[in-house]
Amino acid sequence: MAGAYAGLVNSPIGKRLAAQLGLPRPVKLRRYAVGSPLVDGPVLVGGPGDAPLAARARDLLKSEDVEVLEELPADGRVAAVVADLTEVEGPGDLDALRALVSPALKRLAPSGRVIVVGRNPARAATVAQQAARRALEGVTRSIGKELRAGATANLVLVDDGCEPNADATLRFLLSGRAAYVDAQVVRVGAGTPAEPADWERPLEGKVAVVTGAARGIGAAIADVLSRDGATVVCVDVPAAGEALARTANRVGGTALQLDVTAADAGARILAHAQERHGGLDVVVHNAGITRDKLLANMDESRWASVMEVNLGSILRMNEALLAPGALHDGGHVVLVSSMAGIAGNRGQTNYAGSKAGVIGLVDALGADQGLRARGITVNAVAPGFIETEMTAKIPFGTREMGRLLNSLSQGGLPVDVAETIAWFAQDANAGVTGNVVRVCGQSLLGA
Amino acid sequence: MAPKNTPRRAAVVAGNRIPFARANGTYAKASNQDMLTAAVEGLVARTGLAGEQVGEVVAGAVLKHSRDFNLTRESVLGSSLSPRTPAYDIQQACGTGLEAAILVANKIALGQVDSGIAGGTDTASDAPIAVNEGLRETLLELNRAKTTGQRLKALTGLRPGHVVPAIPQNVEPRTGLSMGEHMAQTAKQWGITREAQDELAAASHHHLASAYDRGFFDDLVTPYLGLTRDQNLRPDTSVEKLAKLSPVFGRGQGATMTAGNSTPLTDGASAVLLGSDEWADAHGLPVLAHLIDAQAAAVDYVTGNEGLLMAPAYALPKLLDRVGMKLQDFELVEIHEAFASTVLTTLTAWESEEFCRDRLGLDAPVGSLDRSKLNVNGSSLAAGHPFAATGGRIVASLAKMLHEKGSGARGLISICAAGGQGVMAILEAA
Repeated sequence: MAGAYAGLVNSPIGKRLAAQLGLPRPVKLRRYAVGSPLVDGPVLVGGPGDAPLAARARDLLKSEDVEVLEELPADGRVAAVVADLTEVEGPGDLDALRALVSPALKRLAPSGRVIVVGRNPARAATVAQQAARRALEGVTRSIGKELRAGATANLVLVDDGCEPNADATLRFLLSGRAAYVDAQVVRVGAGTPAEPADWERPLEGKVAVVTGAARGIGAAIADVLSRDGATVVCVDVPAAGEALARTANRVGGTALQLDVTAADAGARILAHAQERHGGLDVVVHNAGITRDKLLANMDESRWASVMEVNLGSILRMNEALLAPGALHDGGHVVLVSSMAGIAGNRGQTNYAGSKAGVIGLVDALGADQGLRARGITVNAVAPGFIETEMTAKIPFGTREMGRLLNSLSQGGLPVDVAETIAWFAQDANAGVTGNVVRVCGQSLLGA
Repeated sequence: MAPKNTPRRAAVVAGNRIPFARANGTYAKASNQDMLTAAVEGLVARTGLAGEQVGEVVAGAVLKHSRDFNLTRESVLGSSLSPRTPAYDIQQACGTGLEAAILVANKIALGQVDSGIAGGTDTASDAPIAVNEGLRETLLELNRAKTTGQRLKALTGLRPGHVVPAIPQNVEPRTGLSMGEHMAQTAKQWGITREAQDELAAASHHHLASAYDRGFFDDLVTPYLGLTRDQNLRPDTSVEKLAKLSPVFGRGQGATMTAGNSTPLTDGASAVLLGSDEWADAHGLPVLAHLIDAQAAAVDYVTGNEGLLMAPAYALPKLLDRVGMKLQDFELVEIHEAFASTVLTTLTAWESEEFCRDRLGLDAPVGSLDRSKLNVNGSSLAAGHPFAATGGRIVASLAKMLHEKGSGARGLISICAAGGQGVMAILEAA
């Protein structure tokens, strides 16, 4: 864990001081490694009514040999709480959530999980039901702020009849893959998920392309997709070729040196994937640049280059990549937005604009009936403060603030962003499209 | 079914090089092994061969440290290729890289391997400096001594002058003349003008720069140590600018060879992946071209019978005769620009009835070459010339160019080498 503050409050003296003053103390987050269990201990599962998602959660936990608790035992830690509130009819039913989760919070293990499951408020039958469904978000986000020691709280909204489609999401949020995903709302809808033969290799046999793969978050994405079984085509500008070759050789993929803004970039990526690897299943549009200036001083070239690389090129490449016969049916497109695209950022009108545009793009493509008919999902991650070469250059004070201004009191790692992208890329996750999930540790910015 | 050792055509599948750096430039502290490894790594990444075993890797360096006795194998071990990939070193001066490709292609043709990487590397910066020859002899004598008396006697051979190290010289051991001085004699003999040389040099820079600009090298070059283009490249050079340079080889009025129309000392490395068509297909890799024939030649430059760098002129008729072609039948011709005058002398010699009759034993001259086919994406004058790396640079680039021209297009490669040697090869687009 990086940061001067983290070092101080985790020192012997700092630890005592932080406890006395009630200061937040960042802990090392539980992160996924091949072979590690889904969760580290027993999981409390419950909810009012039929609680169909609680039933699914129990089944999948048992299949992973995780102990399932129906009620909180007299003592001992719980690793996670799954609260199924899909049956709420009105505000009065919400107390079930309090009653289930409240006693468990003090017993929650480090890097524990609170997962609230509900229904989409927009599809409620009554006003009271819509209000109650919407209330879950406020509760969950507040739990996120109350939790300590690396624990997170997230809300999953599952459409009626789509319960089986939530498995991949429940697994993801319970696991160490979602270490830095906190206070997010994931919407699960229709789709035809395919369960992998091996949940440790959910991308086995898939061909993925990652743009901007030479270093930083892009290189981490290539690593994680490869670890999960995919063959990775690593793309970056020719000038980044040396680092790109390192990434490609590390993951056993191929390096494709090209500028994503080239008119034929999409066609060349597609041709490479088809000729070398027999097709294309996953596209991760990660390439991005910053050219920061206050708007008062922003020239046309800074504006245009950021818009072109971060947004324009994606639209153009998608024409080739999403054409019939290009990306396989049932394929996945993942984009990288940013906290700046949600909250805005001083000096980043161009960057924030392009990253907000990415969200618009996900909204449009997620609702595209043609893509839905082909089973293609389109989602985005929006990273918060992630420890990269780029953030290492931020001045000390601003950097420490960036690290601390979130519920986990620390910056995330490139692998945290990559894990979320790899989850979006799973065939098991076919019911999740049009989502933007922040990987920000519940950042206070834009919340 | 044909017997397994019936010759088949070897395919050029992909190539990679690091940008070439001027001596004592960006790669000043990179060793031959570092650079060869980088070139192989880029090739492995481009072709997705990490962890895979290829039939063999063949490469070499002209300026070589004694510690690099197993240069290519050590580079393989430092790469992402399977450590079970065999390798060996070769050396044929500036012909090393092309000769390596020919060797790999021949083994593929005979079915002895299904794939192989041919390469070359050279550094004029990290040059092997040896101890003084007198000191070396004294130390060896000391090593052989068995008694204290013999040891003391051996030590009396030490001289103050022995502190002066032996630095590799760019001269022909049998004439004491540098390659440039040799070439200056030949150029003068053939009446090659300064203007023609400067025009060729300017064209080389302009062609190379425009090839970079249109992305031709995007899948042929991988940046190294922050260098993304050849350091010697001068996109804005011109015949006028080149005309201002003073001659550096030859003497007096007739001297025409300058630093601008001669290749500079350069550091760099290249690697080319070859394979059978079946191997390429099984790996989802394209067949850019086939290496269909090759020929080496050597001339007697020591007695002054022929110019040092004229051997390719002699290799050509044998090659043309064997494949039943004329020089004019080639769509593209790559003549390594050791010096602008080398290219011009070779072309002029082929046009000369007298030379072709008396020296090559031909009934009619080889004839002239349409210059629009020559070194169309630039050559060594612009890119630089790390001796053993030049062959790989040309094979990969020409294979791609021919592939762009379309099936059946043929290209000729001509490389002159120290010791009065020359190596040629023919590629044909698949």
